[in-house]
Amino acid sequence: MIKRYAPFLKGYGIYAILAPITVILEVLLEIRIPFYMSKIIDVGVANRDIPYILQTGGMMVLMAVLSLLFGALSGMFASKGAMGFGKGIRRAVFYKIQEFSFANVDRFNTASLITRLTTDVTSVQMTFMMLIRVFVRSPFMLVSATIMASRVNPRLVVIFLVAIPVLATALIVIMCMAFPRFKRMLTCYDRMNGSVQENLIAMRVVKAFVREDYENGKFADDAEALRAAQLKAEKIVICNMPIMQLVIYVCIISVLWFGGNMVISQTMGTGELMSFISYVTQILMSLMMLSMIFINLVMTRASIARINEVLDETLDIPDVESTVQVEGASVEFCDVSFSYHKDPNNLVLRDINLSIEPGETVGIIGGTGSSKTSLVQLIPRLYDVQSGKVLVGGRDVRDYRLEELRRAVSMVLQKNVLFSGTIMENLKWGDPDATEEEVYKACRAAQAHDFIMSFPEGYQTYLGQGGVNVSGGQKQRLCIARALLKKPQIIILDDSTSAVDTTTDAKIRKVLREELAGTTTIIIAQRISSVCDADKIVVMEDGRIDAIGTHDELLASNAVYREVYESQQRGAE
Amino acid sequence: MARRPGPVKRPKDAKKTLFRILRYMGAYKWQLAGVVLCIIISSLANVVGNYFLKPVINDYIVPLIGQKHVDYSGLIRMLCIMGVIYLFGAASTYLYQRIMLSVSTKTLKNVRTDLFSAMQKLPIKFFDTHTHGELMSRFTNDTDSMREMMGHGIPQFISSFISVAGVFIMMVVLSPLLTVLVLFMLVIMLFVVKKVGAKSGFYFKNQAKALGEINGYIEEMIEGQKVVKVFSREETIKQDFDVLNEQLCRAATNAHSFANILMPIMGNLGYLHYALTAAAGGMLVIFGAADLGTVASFLQYTRSFSQPITQISQQFNSILTAMAGAERIFAVIDEEPEQDNGTVTLVYAQKKADGSLTESKERTGIWAWKKPHEDGNATYIEVRGDVRFDDVTFGYEPNKTVLKNINLYAKPGQKIAFVGSTGAGKTTITNLINRFYDVPEGKITYDGIPITEIKKPDLRRSLSMVLQDAHLFTGTVRDNIRYGRLDAADEEVEASARLANAHSFIMHLPQGYDTVLTADGGNLSQGQRQLLSIARAAVADPPVLILDEATSSIDTRTEAQIEKGMDTLMAGRTVFVIAHRLSTVRNSNAIMVLENGEIIERGDHESLLSEKGKYYQLYTGMFELS
Repeated sequence: MIKRYAPFLKGYGIYAILAPITVILEVLLEIRIPFYMSKIIDVGVANRDIPYILQTGGMMVLMAVLSLLFGALSGMFASKGAMGFGKGIRRAVFYKIQEFSFANVDRFNTASLITRLTTDVTSVQMTFMMLIRVFVRSPFMLVSATIMASRVNPRLVVIFLVAIPVLATALIVIMCMAFPRFKRMLTCYDRMNGSVQENLIAMRVVKAFVREDYENGKFADDAEALRAAQLKAEKIVICNMPIMQLVIYVCIISVLWFGGNMVISQTMGTGELMSFISYVTQILMSLMMLSMIFINLVMTRASIARINEVLDETLDIPDVESTVQVEGASVEFCDVSFSYHKDPNNLVLRDINLSIEPGETVGIIGGTGSSKTSLVQLIPRLYDVQSGKVLVGGRDVRDYRLEELRRAVSMVLQKNVLFSGTIMENLKWGDPDATEEEVYKACRAAQAHDFIMSFPEGYQTYLGQGGVNVSGGQKQRLCIARALLKKPQIIILDDSTSAVDTTTDAKIRKVLREELAGTTTIIIAQRISSVCDADKIVVMEDGRIDAIGTHDELLASNAVYREVYESQQRGAE
Repeated sequence: MARRPGPVKRPKDAKKTLFRILRYMGAYKWQLAGVVLCIIISSLANVVGNYFLKPVINDYIVPLIGQKHVDYSGLIRMLCIMGVIYLFGAASTYLYQRIMLSVSTKTLKNVRTDLFSAMQKLPIKFFDTHTHGELMSRFTNDTDSMREMMGHGIPQFISSFISVAGVFIMMVVLSPLLTVLVLFMLVIMLFVVKKVGAKSGFYFKNQAKALGEINGYIEEMIEGQKVVKVFSREETIKQDFDVLNEQLCRAATNAHSFANILMPIMGNLGYLHYALTAAAGGMLVIFGAADLGTVASFLQYTRSFSQPITQISQQFNSILTAMAGAERIFAVIDEEPEQDNGTVTLVYAQKKADGSLTESKERTGIWAWKKPHEDGNATYIEVRGDVRFDDVTFGYEPNKTVLKNINLYAKPGQKIAFVGSTGAGKTTITNLINRFYDVPEGKITYDGIPITEIKKPDLRRSLSMVLQDAHLFTGTVRDNIRYGRLDAADEEVEASARLANAHSFIMHLPQGYDTVLTADGGNLSQGQRQLLSIARAAVADPPVLILDEATSSIDTRTEAQIEKGMDTLMAGRTVFVIAHRLSTVRNSNAIMVLENGEIIERGDHESLLSEKGKYYQLYTGMFELS
């Protein structure tokens, strides 16, 4: 645990060390103050000695100022150290997620990843701040008070020997019971977040079907589940305080009884009994603080466990150290089968053999759910094959560094995303160093330049999250332009022009064919017109390749293709 | 004061926010009264218990010293009384925490559900301008800090307040003169709390802002994770993230530094107070204005005076954070909801023998608009699906027109298609019919009734939409289809699925109709999701249907297969279709060609072709290549 989290403190370790040191100094000074206080009463006031009162008062003020100084310093150090620690964890988790493959991302849902990065990290950071300050302060207080108490009467200290195990047992029971409940509470939290997120995304559907009340009902269930889980978890934790109080009270009464007996048998003085009781209170108060910190640790432990789940997630697609460059834009599938769940009985793709020459244009046609998208996702290694292999430029895709492979293979996803920022910023995702000219060129190729220029702010038009202020077809063309800017050797368009009208679609393909002649182009499409001029058309059916050929060949020999063709002709006569 | 409105405004808002939080908790006022009572008992038990120490020692232990036959009964009795008092104390501590826990969790739940239902009522426009992450942190961070405040802040505040008040009263009784000094110190302490508090409040606001920004960023990037991967943008993303992370770290360090400093300052001010009181008290004793005993006990009280004030100031930050969070939550709740001044409602109707309509409780297949009159009667107008646009001009932003002078007329049962280049304004038209956005100029009528007079939910219930982005919800396939009409029977759900040609692939899913879909629908292809959303619209069975690129991800062969189903679905309904695939719109009664927000051509397929205009170009564009 410590070993694992220590690196996150990098650059802030000094503060994490200084905070407890200054706290100790603060405590040392603070312990002196009550001593001066008692002197003021016992000596100064009792003897009516004004100079003594002023002098001792002055000392006390000096101590207080120094203690204030150290206290303030430790507060600042603790804050610096803990926030730095939080920053380190947040970064580590975020970086780790960046290394996730598609399958990894699918496994955690996005809402849960977000809570881990926000709520969980914040809770760890706050506990750490408490740890380096209060957690040092209490034991220090505890030890010094115990020493003082045993000086007064070592035999009475035995009471603590009974009380402390009782406290510890209670604490352990509470912690053990609370931990799983807190974990469950956080799961409820995830679910509630997921339901909010889902609603935000599908707001239009909710409104269109007038399902506001229904959604409110669903959410109320989630909120209720969270409330119940929270109640169940915290119900345990709140027992801590009264138990602590009871133990303190029992201790005081026992001290009074046993100590009283000692006083009666004249083995102990009355004053000693009084001061012993005040030490008892001090010791038990520190114990109470400690137990509160432990309880806090339990809640944090659930968060740490969730953070660890992310950090420990084995990367589905491990990157390799390799300097191999993609040479040649050929693609080959050898006996490929694939499953999203690594389950050989639930294959999405079976016996795929396909070879694509550099510079070829390949169309892929197939029914809804025939695994067209699954097929092309294997090329930039968004998922790994179940068996067989995929070759790019004559080499297994697993031999390339991911960055190199994905530099060479550009893919326009079916469900694409634009980010908040200007159009220009979004386009530059393809190539951060692209000149304005290059951007314009890519946009012209994707038939996006004209509509961008029709906006008052042109390329500086600000897009909201998800590109809410452009239409579906415009979004698709921006995504194509973004992919083109990468100047890839292989470009894959996964149904990327479904919302683009046919004329524009034809223009885009014309540009791809003429200006990017050396680029291997793979087009998944619904319309025959989008693929019929391809060098080769692959017909997919139920996760298998049904046929490969040119438009004319397939029309003559393939039933599925003919059926698709006819379905589109009928509307077009 | 009037010259400096800035600083005055903040506490006023805080007061309002606090009042609102209290109003939420007001539903549990009896429980809260119980909490206060238990806190008082618990604090008193502690004080009284400690007060007992002295008499027990002085009156029940000291007199027994040196006695031959020691009579312990008095001591035992006293210890038992103490035990009982302590037991009460511990029990009421448990009770107030337990009650407060149930009150705070319930209150939070109410706040969350109110927030959620307020969110549901917001106009679409709101979501165009706010990121998801921003709204989500209202549900997480902001409600969390409210929980912290209710669970710990408020009880602690009350118990500290009780202690301070009690001690203060004792002080006044003991020595009014020395209490003046207390008041003086109190002013200084409050001044410090206010100064440091204001500073730390400022930084806490900054922290909340930084947290909101980084959360928004995280949310957006994780939602778009797949695109990030495809573009190998991980490194850049990390750099951007680092900047935001650093910013948050700075803001948080500042905020917590001030919060942490407050405690040592207050604690040591307490010692200062002690020293001053000792000096002043000493003087009083010497000049005979007070006796020694009084000064000694006064000094004892001084010690227990500063501690609760420190505790209050410690809670101050959590309360500040919570108030800032609550303020943001209430801002969303107070956000102006979708305007709905409509009075006309949608009801099931029956035709009487004379042809007039009456309302019916059951589904009859006939709908009517119920137009209420001031005298309590109502007229019924049959819903036929007659939609007209009368000179409609619209823009999402005031000075950017998206639609210009749109006039159109859909006769009942007609199929109206919109074609045109992307961005021509086709989707916008459908967004106006169901009033996602309101029209500033021109008028839209539905069966002769201006749509602004129809209640929004009723208007939307009369229309079924299939959107291009087929959003599904976490839940079973059956639940997702039933979303269209919640009381649909299983058979109806399956019939709609068959209509949309979704039945066969659903049966291939591991659990058929009971397969649970995830929100992002990772287990279905885009086309399959569209089929489900068509089934969803079908089960709703409304008079008007809007299909916005409803089949764009469905291959044409499947589309041909569902054509019959679609025909059944469209029969007798007014249908608005947006499609790029001209085969989908070919058999429409009227086709509107849109360009730059204007209808440039209209007519049926044949007449548009013979016009050889834009439609002809679009249409032939497809076939030049085949």
